[in-house]
Amino acid sequence: MRNALDEPQTIVVLGGTSDIGLAIAAALSGPATRHVVLACRDVDTGTAAAAALDIGPAEASVVAFEATDTASHAGLVDDLAERFGDLDVVVLAFGVLGSQATFEADPAAAAAAVTANYSGAVSVGLAVANRLRTQGHGRLVVLSSVAGERVRKANFVYGSSKAGLDAFAQGLGDSLAGSGASVLVVRPGWVASSMTAGLDPAPMATTPDAVAAAVVKALRAGRRTIWVPGTLRLVFAVFRHLPGPVWRRMPIR
Amino acid sequence: MLTGWGRTAPSRADVVDVDDASLAEAVASAGARGALVRGLGRSYGDAAQNAGGTVLRLASPTRGIQLDTSTGLVTAHAAVSFDELLRHLVPRGYFVPVTPGTRFVTLGGAIASDVHGKNHHVDGSFGNHLRSMSMLMADGATVELTEESDPELWWATIGGMGLTGVVVEATFAALRIETSRCVVDTTRIDDLDALLATMAEGDEQYRYSVAWVDLLATGKHLGRSVLTRGDHASVVQVTGHRDPTAYGPRMLAAVPPGVPNLINRASVKAFNEMWFRKAPRRLVGEIQSITRFFHPLDGIAAWNRVYGRHGFLQYQFVVPFGAEAALCGVIERVARSGDASFVAVLKRFGPGNPGPLSFPMAGWTLTVDLPAGARGLSELLRDLDDRVLDAGGRHYLAKDSHTTADSIRRGYPRLSEWQEARHKADPGRLWISDIARRLELIG
Repeated sequence: MRNALDEPQTIVVLGGTSDIGLAIAAALSGPATRHVVLACRDVDTGTAAAAALDIGPAEASVVAFEATDTASHAGLVDDLAERFGDLDVVVLAFGVLGSQATFEADPAAAAAAVTANYSGAVSVGLAVANRLRTQGHGRLVVLSSVAGERVRKANFVYGSSKAGLDAFAQGLGDSLAGSGASVLVVRPGWVASSMTAGLDPAPMATTPDAVAAAVVKALRAGRRTIWVPGTLRLVFAVFRHLPGPVWRRMPIR
Repeated sequence: MLTGWGRTAPSRADVVDVDDASLAEAVASAGARGALVRGLGRSYGDAAQNAGGTVLRLASPTRGIQLDTSTGLVTAHAAVSFDELLRHLVPRGYFVPVTPGTRFVTLGGAIASDVHGKNHHVDGSFGNHLRSMSMLMADGATVELTEESDPELWWATIGGMGLTGVVVEATFAALRIETSRCVVDTTRIDDLDALLATMAEGDEQYRYSVAWVDLLATGKHLGRSVLTRGDHASVVQVTGHRDPTAYGPRMLAAVPPGVPNLINRASVKAFNEMWFRKAPRRLVGEIQSITRFFHPLDGIAAWNRVYGRHGFLQYQFVVPFGAEAALCGVIERVARSGDASFVAVLKRFGPGNPGPLSFPMAGWTLTVDLPAGARGLSELLRDLDDRVLDAGGRHYLAKDSHTTADSIRRGYPRLSEWQEARHKADPGRLWISDIARRLELIG
């Protein structure tokens, strides 16, 4: 149960080695936090990440999670609740960026990435939502991206998977209205993290810590959608309405 | 969505209105997330919530109060409020043995929280005056409980936060009074040392004693306060007053929904200054109504809305006698933070009772309201918790909405004893609440 200060007792990060996910877990942890659970594909990397995590007196645990193994998701969420009690905040932070050139050359690889980013999120997102509905409380934080807001030719495979995820998360949030549970959709811009290592930063780049701080604030305020940085909301409001020929010629990666 | 009086940490439950006839069936049909009874929702935190489970609201029957004038014993339905009790008892020359700062609590809630009042130093808490309880157990049986019949369950239920069973009816010893007025002595005191000394010296001469402390005053004014002490007035003392047993409290005003947070340093400072200045330096024998003396905030409906949408916490703790330094430390720390709001209240407790989760113990109890949206509140509360627990003190479960499972274990070392008694009464873990989940109360 979260307390009056909105400090969660149990935090679960799906995609537990994600820089943004870890930053959110650290930022949300307070004196009342008992468990931070990192659910990730690579348990060894997760264990190292857990050891490095600054979460005060809370206990960090690592569990195996494979986004593409959708059949395992409902059971995984049941196990989490069984082991750690009510799930106060679940952060859906997994995703693969991939390379557009590789995807175009290898359509099967593109489909695999989309399966992880979208189908995996749908499956685990629904399992989590069912659990939160049963609990009568809890928050699901979904890491979407501005890449899904208007998809660019430079990364439309990734962008389309995030577009789907974003729409799914919004609908899921609406379906939870009145249940005590809610969904926060987070649309960061370009974030300097291990996912984007080696790439040139886009304009208005941000950091995992800035995203985490915005998420903490948004959860406390009961928001349903945020952009990080907030100005991206205005930028993409314009981008969304640009005519196709103009959008295609935009000097953005 | 349900919250406590502090309007924080909402959660959803299936709220079911029941009467005595339908109670057992509703309890039996509760699902895996268990059940809990909610009274008037005046506990400040999450004590009367059960996320995802069943929350029962028990209706009070129309003739829910019986007064036996030969013994002074009152038998009442658990859903009867202190408001109803007082309206019935006061004109007949009786008073509740203990009343909290609001009359909008139920008898059941008063038992679950083992409430205390301004007379704790003389009379103890509500559980001390309880004679018997009729309780619906988790297995569907109804038991007649007295301290003699099952002392473990008796004391696990008093202060047990409603987690041992549903109290349906209870009998308590009422206090005989001559009039519906109180005779009150008021003293304005300039600092904390003088306040503690005055209370330690003189409290025993009064049935009721409490001090209002200005927690925004710092420096040499730290702990400046208004001490009010008194007792029920005798017929002689109210000679000349009309209708000496009349009792009919009225609502004076209501705070509308949706008001923004009105509590800030400037408004509270102004209020506190006004309150302190308007109090007489020393006034003896003033005749006050029961409402003014015991329940001044009840005249304003929904006063909890003044903290805006973030709500507020009421921080109440007790530290034992001898830990005055810790008490001063807390007051200083709160004064320095500037977050405190009005109605900071200091009270000298007498000895506690055998209830393992009953809050009062011999010492000083301080109550402070803090807006939940205040910056740095988490750090402030952690600091205060450390000071309280290091001094051998503890927190009041009926007010708590922020502390941790570890803090509660330090403050209530007999928790495991309570858990054993509770487990015997409810091995299937039917009774559960948000506070029980948050503080891991159920073993």
